Amino acid sequence: MDNAKNNRQLVVSVSPHIKSEETTARIMWSVSAALLPAAAMGAYFFGPRAVLTMFISIFVSVLTEYLYQKGMKKKNTIQDGSAFLTGLLLGLNLPASVPFYIPVVGAVVSVLITKMIFGGLGYNIFNPALVGRAFLLISFPKLMTIWTTPTAAFVKVDAITTATPLGILKEEGLQKLLDTFGGSFNYYMQMLSGNRAGSIGETSAIALLAGAAFLFYKRYISWHIPFSFLGSAALMAWVFGGKGALFTGDPLVHLLSGGMLIGAFFMATDYVTSPAVKKGQILFGAGCGFLTMLIRLKGGYPEGVMFAILIMNCLTPMIDRGFRTEVFGTRREAKG
Amino acid sequence: MTLGTFRGGIHPPDKKELSKDKVISVPKPPARVVISLSQHIGAPCKPVVEIGQSVKKGEIIGSAEGFVSAPVHSSVSGKVIAMGEFPSATGRMSQCIVIENNMQEEWTVLKDNPDYEKLSAEELREKVKQAGIVGMGGAAFPAHVKLSPPKEKPIDYVIINGAECEPYLTADYRLMMERASDIVAGLKVLMKILGVSKGCIGIENNKPDAVEMMQWAAKGDDSITVQSLEVKYPQGAEKMLIKSVTGRKVPPRGLPMDVGVVVHNIGTAVAVFEAARYGKPLIERVVTVTGEAIREPKNLLVKIGTLVSDVIAECGGLLSETAKVISGGPMMGFALSTLDVPVTKGTSGILALAEQPVMHSDHFEPCIRCGRCIDVCPMGLMPSMLSVLSEKGLYEESKEYKLFDCFECGSCTYVCPSKRPIVQFVRLAKSQVKP
Repeated sequence: MDNAKNNRQLVVSVSPHIKSEETTARIMWSVSAALLPAAAMGAYFFGPRAVLTMFISIFVSVLTEYLYQKGMKKKNTIQDGSAFLTGLLLGLNLPASVPFYIPVVGAVVSVLITKMIFGGLGYNIFNPALVGRAFLLISFPKLMTIWTTPTAAFVKVDAITTATPLGILKEEGLQKLLDTFGGSFNYYMQMLSGNRAGSIGETSAIALLAGAAFLFYKRYISWHIPFSFLGSAALMAWVFGGKGALFTGDPLVHLLSGGMLIGAFFMATDYVTSPAVKKGQILFGAGCGFLTMLIRLKGGYPEGVMFAILIMNCLTPMIDRGFRTEVFGTRREAKG
Repeated sequence: MTLGTFRGGIHPPDKKELSKDKVISVPKPPARVVISLSQHIGAPCKPVVEIGQSVKKGEIIGSAEGFVSAPVHSSVSGKVIAMGEFPSATGRMSQCIVIENNMQEEWTVLKDNPDYEKLSAEELREKVKQAGIVGMGGAAFPAHVKLSPPKEKPIDYVIINGAECEPYLTADYRLMMERASDIVAGLKVLMKILGVSKGCIGIENNKPDAVEMMQWAAKGDDSITVQSLEVKYPQGAEKMLIKSVTGRKVPPRGLPMDVGVVVHNIGTAVAVFEAARYGKPLIERVVTVTGEAIREPKNLLVKIGTLVSDVIAECGGLLSETAKVISGGPMMGFALSTLDVPVTKGTSGILALAEQPVMHSDHFEPCIRCGRCIDVCPMGLMPSMLSVLSEKGLYEESKEYKLFDCFECGSCTYVCPSKRPIVQFVRLAKSQVKP
């Protein structure tokens, strides 16, 4: 036998010997890319301050993860894109008017306390960006609820404080909301484009839907969570959202306002903090929609997406235990 | 025709173009063969020859011990020169008989049966048993055992597995293209032994010419159908194939006979025909030698016991970038640590992969719970949970997630974006607890 050939160093490992090209990093960066349209619209409507806010949020998120891993002598994982994504999501969920220490505090809470301390990517119980935002909302309630009118591009106009559509809806009702926008057609158009008060990245429905379409196309998300989320919210809005009588609410107003779309497509679908089995995902999404509307209609806050998702995040381990897959052959098909 | 299919599965690049058009060829005879006495699932054989003894081609050299066992025969004529433990493809040592080839190709006396179709089921089953035929798809379960179902398990369906869902492999495809009539004849023998009137050949529809060829060979026989199957790994896994062809689902931990089905491989069908017609024992098989790192991919009719190194030399040798040599397919095959292991009855392919497609790494990331493994698991398991529990040493708990229903097809590991070695975790857990 040819000895040279047999002394060759061969790799020995357990099967399978081929693997797909998909990586965690590719998924994370793709989700960030899917949020670019929303970020761009936010920059367009809310100006340089919005860009700077998002930048600080991303920079501090990535830096926090880097320093934590450096300090703890762990492997550096910032290239997996998850800290970047958390920073971007947090930035998109802040009002453009906040002072610049707000994204700094939020990013540290998101990455350090919500993710790294629990063990890093894959081990966190709550959506990091949402915990960061919840922390900010509770600690700085004033700053986090000052909304400014979109200044349309980088045109030099002094920002004017105003209420968000959900704020108007909560305080003054639907009619006042539609009047503010000059009729329902105008209202819907403004909601679709994003020309309204709100967090930087949550206002443009078109941009968010474009990003979501990309994620569906890449199969990075499936319909189960977003559709059950939006479906149950729409149902709640229709049944209980009207003035006085049941079944007179306007579901579309609720679906297009606040953080509903960014929440349903980009936050509730976070792999780590949502159920892994499809049946469980439907319950999870429906729960998110239900709690969102419960808070919007009956709670003290005008917006409920954030708390709804965080509450359902806590229930995820339980849902995962309750909804397991069925082993092949458990139910037998008819003999054919 | 509607395509048979099942839930889950993956679509790896099939890479069959490397070898699919290479007609089965006969390599130059090896100088010596190393024939394992344990080429099948079940009790190893007992050697019936001694060192120094001359043997003829087809002569029995190891006799079956017990019911779940199959005899082994010499694949060359020559002299027994050694006996002892030799490394096998699985990495374990196995008892082998080494025979020096005198290149005379002298056959032992075989019983020719031109009228084999008139033999009784009993006689045919005995021929399959004497020929040492085992499942040739890889698992190597003795064929006559599958052909002896207990009375309380009536069989009404025989399926020939022509899915060949493992990427790269083309041995079954070549047999279907070149020996279609023998496959059908073998299927008829199997149906006769089991007293069954329904036979089916299931073929993935990335091989439309094989489907046509088999339909041509089975023409005029109403009891035999050819079923096109969706191209999807692991379409050829026994339970998936049965579901795709008949709609029946083998219960968890059950056997095909629980739903009245017996499945045999394409190569097995040919071997069964040859045993019935010519009395020929299983001493050679078609092996696909392929991969990016093989100089000349081929489909070879290899004598059992030929060393992998000889087979590779027959194909022009390995290219310098070879990283891994695999016995079997890339999804479920065994990585070899040495090329001095013999081809056995279950060796469907020898695959040499270059650095690039191997993508082996000692590094993997935490589970991000994306659920891809759950979506693709053909058994409906939660591989993510199995890997996490095993990683933490919670082996007993992993049984709650149906650890032992996993047949290690590797689909989960293929799709995992965190590159977790899920199959390895499953095997570790299985080795630590009782079912």
